[in-house]
Amino acid sequence: MEEIKRSGLRGRGGAGFPTGMKWSFAKADPKFPKYLLCNADEGEPGTFKDRPILEKNPHLLIEGMVISGYVLGSEYGYIYLRGEYPAAADILNAAIKQAYEANYLGDNINGKGVKFHLAVHQGAGAYICGEETALIESIEGKKGQPRNKPPFPVNVGAWSMPTIVNNVETLSNLPYIIEIGGEAYSNIGSKECPGPKLFCVSGHVKKPGVYELPMGTNLKDIIYIHAGGIRDGGKLKAVIPGGISTPVLPADAIDCAMDFVAMPKAGSMLGSGAVIVMDDSVCMVRVAYRALKFFEHESCGKCVPCREGTDWLRKVLARVEKGKGKDGDIELLSDIAEIMMGRTFCPLGDGAAGVVMGMIKHFKNEFEEHIKNGRCALSC
Amino acid sequence: MIDENMRQTIEGLIKKFPCRDSAVVPSLSYIQKVKGHISENDMEDLAIILQFPEARIFSAASFYSMLKLMPKARYHIQVCTNVSCSLVETETLFDHISGKLGIGEGEITPDGLFSLESVECLGSCGYAPAMMVNSEHYENLNFKKADEIIELIIKEFTGKYP
Repeated sequence: MEEIKRSGLRGRGGAGFPTGMKWSFAKADPKFPKYLLCNADEGEPGTFKDRPILEKNPHLLIEGMVISGYVLGSEYGYIYLRGEYPAAADILNAAIKQAYEANYLGDNINGKGVKFHLAVHQGAGAYICGEETALIESIEGKKGQPRNKPPFPVNVGAWSMPTIVNNVETLSNLPYIIEIGGEAYSNIGSKECPGPKLFCVSGHVKKPGVYELPMGTNLKDIIYIHAGGIRDGGKLKAVIPGGISTPVLPADAIDCAMDFVAMPKAGSMLGSGAVIVMDDSVCMVRVAYRALKFFEHESCGKCVPCREGTDWLRKVLARVEKGKGKDGDIELLSDIAEIMMGRTFCPLGDGAAGVVMGMIKHFKNEFEEHIKNGRCALSC
Repeated sequence: MIDENMRQTIEGLIKKFPCRDSAVVPSLSYIQKVKGHISENDMEDLAIILQFPEARIFSAASFYSMLKLMPKARYHIQVCTNVSCSLVETETLFDHISGKLGIGEGEITPDGLFSLESVECLGSCGYAPAMMVNSEHYENLNFKKADEIIELIIKEFTGKYP
């Protein structure tokens, strides 16, 4: 536990909560059994970082989970895998079987008296189940709708027991921390959020893909050095730095470090490290509309601000995008987004509102042109 | 109807978790895998096996987008149209496939071979455009590649090119 705290590891799912702190809460709770859930419901559009771990290196994750189980005093772990990854399900199940056969999982691991059992639970297509309390509801066989907090899952989680929910990438960092030690690990990347991070770059770059780089790598370097720059000679217009729920950054604001501390200062969030790059052929109104279509589809319907807010944002964006926008629509969009912000059950609503606010903040002129001219200046 | 064989598999799924509730979604996914979709009868039977009210089974079955309560085609094509994919023109890919098969969103071809759906992120953002045919991912697509995949399926089924 001390080693994990010393490493400064922060959750890689998007919120960036210090892992050691989360664990100490669950460990301090006297209730048993404790459960360890791995969040492999990678659904944030733009994010495809966990898939390579699940499909190419499942034993890394299993090792990470055994270590976590040992530290937490948890004897049962479950991997909540999204339904859209059937190949990963087969691979994980095969890897778990191998681990049982090699006695790395079971009642008495390698004769050391440590007990840890692991199984895969496959989801069935619901983005919201990436939210930890919705994930817990889902693994209990209910609709995946978030719970009110507190109590937090570390005290009352799955099956009403203390539960730790960690992202695939977070758990996969543990074997390395144990191997090199927390202090050495904390020297990688930026000071406040150390360690390596998987960045997934998609969109208009020459070499899209998953890149493992030190936390705090400059966003500009990720795009221009690692991902090879903008493809087809295009000019950079905007970047969504951490998956679709994070506010967009215009081209002149990308000179910033990618970590949980620096990104909010730059006006966005690190999120899952999913960098979506857009060149100057992209209509931002269209991107905003498409993003809201997603949020409206995935809103679980539990709380009113999110259910109604995403629906209205999508409707208004749809008419602006089609050139049928009215005067005052931009104010209407801002208004709806502001009402949603901070008033929804879980971060899905905040994400949706933040996207619209970010788009209007940086690309207001495009919205105005759509409304004034009745069409897109980019003729798309 | 859930037969004895399936019932035993479901009992196996129940054993994986600390309580029976957790087997709802895995059982529904399993029923769909075997039968193609989940009928009302299946949900009634599952309710008896799991010892739950039917309403709870139905509430879960209707919530998750991958669970299908209506029959679908033998080959269910899902085209991702989310942001990363639409940046590289998947909406036109969807239209292309739609035109080729002569069916729109959520429709089934008359021969029951294909159904088409536009979906949210498939986790292939870096290898866009992407689609899934049943449980198989296809990435870095273009019109020609998509045509080839569809034609291959048709060829396998009818023994001739369209």
